[in-house]
Amino acid sequence: MTTATLHDVRLVGAQTNRNYINDEYGALSWLLTKDHKRIAILYLISVSVMFVLGGFFAMMMRIELLTPEGDLLTSDTYNKFFTMHGVVMIFFFLIPAIPAVLGNFILPIQLGAKDLAFPKINLLSWYLYMAAAIIGLVVIITGGVDTGWTFYTPFSTQYSNTHVFGTTLAGFIAGFSSILTGLNFIVTIHRMRAPGLTWYRLPLFVWAMYATSVVMLLATPVLAITLTMLMIERTIGVGFFDPALGGDPVLYQHMFWFYSHPAVYIMILPAMGVASDVVAAFTRKKIFGYRFVAFSSLAIAFLGFLVWAHHLFVAGISVYSAMIFSFLSFFVAVPSAIKVFNWTATLYRASVSWQTPMLYILGFIGLFTIGGVTGLFLASIGLDIHVTDTYFVVAHFHYVMVGGTVMAYMAGLHYWWPKITGKMYPEWWARLAALLVFVGFNLTFFPQFILGYVGMPRRYHAYAPEFQVLNVLSTAGASVLAVGYILPLIYLVWSIWYGRPAGRNPWGAVGLEWATSSPPPKENFHETPVVTWDAYDYPAMMKAMGETQNV
Amino acid sequence: MMVADFPLWPDQASTFAPDVDNLYIFLILVCGTVAVGVFLTIFFFAIKYRRRPDNEIAQEYEPPKLLEVLWIAIPSVIFLGLFVWGSWLYFHMARVPDDALDIYATGKQWMWKFQHPTGQREINSLHVPVNRPIKITMASEDVIHSLYFPAFRTKADVLPSRYRTMWFQATKTGRFHIFCAEYCGTLHSGMTGWVEVMENADYQKWLAGGTEGSMASQGEQLFQKYACNTCHTNDASGRGPVLAGLYGRDVTLSNDSVVKADDNYIRESILTPQAKTVKGFQPIMPTFQGQMSEDDLMKLLAYVKSVGQAAIPTKGTTR
Repeated sequence: MTTATLHDVRLVGAQTNRNYINDEYGALSWLLTKDHKRIAILYLISVSVMFVLGGFFAMMMRIELLTPEGDLLTSDTYNKFFTMHGVVMIFFFLIPAIPAVLGNFILPIQLGAKDLAFPKINLLSWYLYMAAAIIGLVVIITGGVDTGWTFYTPFSTQYSNTHVFGTTLAGFIAGFSSILTGLNFIVTIHRMRAPGLTWYRLPLFVWAMYATSVVMLLATPVLAITLTMLMIERTIGVGFFDPALGGDPVLYQHMFWFYSHPAVYIMILPAMGVASDVVAAFTRKKIFGYRFVAFSSLAIAFLGFLVWAHHLFVAGISVYSAMIFSFLSFFVAVPSAIKVFNWTATLYRASVSWQTPMLYILGFIGLFTIGGVTGLFLASIGLDIHVTDTYFVVAHFHYVMVGGTVMAYMAGLHYWWPKITGKMYPEWWARLAALLVFVGFNLTFFPQFILGYVGMPRRYHAYAPEFQVLNVLSTAGASVLAVGYILPLIYLVWSIWYGRPAGRNPWGAVGLEWATSSPPPKENFHETPVVTWDAYDYPAMMKAMGETQNV
Repeated sequence: MMVADFPLWPDQASTFAPDVDNLYIFLILVCGTVAVGVFLTIFFFAIKYRRRPDNEIAQEYEPPKLLEVLWIAIPSVIFLGLFVWGSWLYFHMARVPDDALDIYATGKQWMWKFQHPTGQREINSLHVPVNRPIKITMASEDVIHSLYFPAFRTKADVLPSRYRTMWFQATKTGRFHIFCAEYCGTLHSGMTGWVEVMENADYQKWLAGGTEGSMASQGEQLFQKYACNTCHTNDASGRGPVLAGLYGRDVTLSNDSVVKADDNYIRESILTPQAKTVKGFQPIMPTFQGQMSEDDLMKLLAYVKSVGQAAIPTKGTTR
């Protein structure tokens, strides 16, 4: 037999010490690499730096908000900090994190491919990301930007004295990085699946990455157009959005959200993909309703394009368009609900492991559920009038983006860490960190729902004294959350040198990535695998393992 | 005392407030039930089916497909109900009662200016009578702001490009927050104030305080100051259309389309007169874009409104 199959555990990844990490040495071998795994590592380092930077801004804001008066930071500094927190976290962490780090590393291996379809374009994506990040850092060092990450006009084009041009240029360039990544993934998924790996045998992570890539490819150009128009208006005064020049400021909001709402799904769909893979691996079961979960990703990607104006319910759109966008916003929640129910149902009669990735994903399901149902509050237009632009919205999207995406990213990072580095992370510390993140997160953001309903507007440097108690709770939670994020930074790096060797498949998981060695060889597989089994075919594998007594 | 220091619920001080709160409570109950149900199920399964030596292998089990149908259909029905409820409320909040009291508001980095038809002006405070619908017509001098009354459960973005309106009817007297809810620059969080809801008698007393004449009469002075009256004369021989009886009427434009002479049309016709010229008139009026503050524009609007209404004596005199 010359091809690898699921049950033939010894064949793939012959016993050799060569892998993608020690295949070549020297800085240039990394900076000029075309290996998707090395590019994933480059991204991992870059997005981690940006996450720490964005976290720093968040922490400074939370400390400022301990007291009602504006005392730690000046108003201008505070405004810059929440702007840069948003810009850094969204454009440089949340959007690339799961696709460019975990997707880049795992997706080709899950497909049984040697690399992505366009390895050089993949490297170009990283360089574009870095160019954007460096422009962003220069902006931050030379004084920052204060428009909010949404760059609303005419404030951004006529009134702000900060580095709006540099920031929007950075967003523009970062957009091309994600367009190219999306393109690469789509072509790879279509053209480079291993023999026998039909669409319905794909892991749900691949389905999610596919849906994400479609959104990246179709929505991001609109961001480029919008930011270009903004830059033109700001620099040479062509009136697109500024009423003094004959433009319409609400047009900007339509165009901005036509990208930025689908961008929310660019951020959450990959997280859902991670959740599906992790739930299957740590319950040793097929995901219940595989096809429903797979197609719900595509449904979200499609419906996600039709709900942008729900950000504009008080901005001056007509009553009838508000109704249409309200209706569609309720129905974009249906496919998300399908996923939550299917994940939950998968646990039934499963073999549930409480290892760290699963802890994060159990947390993810809970927090994403809260993030999702509070979205229904905002889709109810009569209620949205009161809570929009308050802390209620802040809490809602942090439940989705942090409770959802960041939790899933942490889950995926821990799940695939043994594959990426060949080493196990320390389980006890990792569980502690997952617990701290869960507790800290809820303490930070749950009080903000109440704050919002009581009426505290977002982006407030100073606030009315009666809001203080809830703000203090929130800041206390943020401190716990910070510890929860710093811990993995330490023990994951530690484990690269001191971690116990992981072996090929430490979780007993199904999937082509677990059929090759850890870390994988440069070409991923020594022989092209042939797939004869469904995704998550744990029953068959466990039976085979029972016979061979070999993990 | 504790409640005053640490409110978990905003004041209920308008006719909207109970309606919005009811929907909110209903959503908390429905969504809370679903969320808690999901948590408990996850917890229960994750503990009951935790991996143990006798449970290394998940049981092969195919749950009934009916479940998929149920958890697509049931949420969809609930969503439909929520959609109808939320839209009904939104409609209600969008429809301004005819007998509402007019107040004009201007947002400006970083203050709120309010003008009453009788001429009173105030900054970062607003006096209104209780139990009477209040309509606020708003514009911004610079960036987008958002006028937010948490105790009334209503807000609306204030645009530099056109008038927007909002309305509410306060149901209890007292002092409630005014916030700017749309980020507008350095002192965004300082763009706050208080709305004072008063008994009608007190409000009338307050209105009787010092003033420079009604908004309409101040608008008339501006009408002369900017020499509008040289063309907009009171008879058809003028170079501009007669303004008497104009407000609220349909106007035929030079391209034969018909528009209603409402607040936004009048504002646009002052700022960019060439945009929609009335049929039969030359586009000769100069633009006032950037030459007039929003406050002054509102006074002119009040004046145009007053002559518009005064000139239709045949209708509505017996009201």
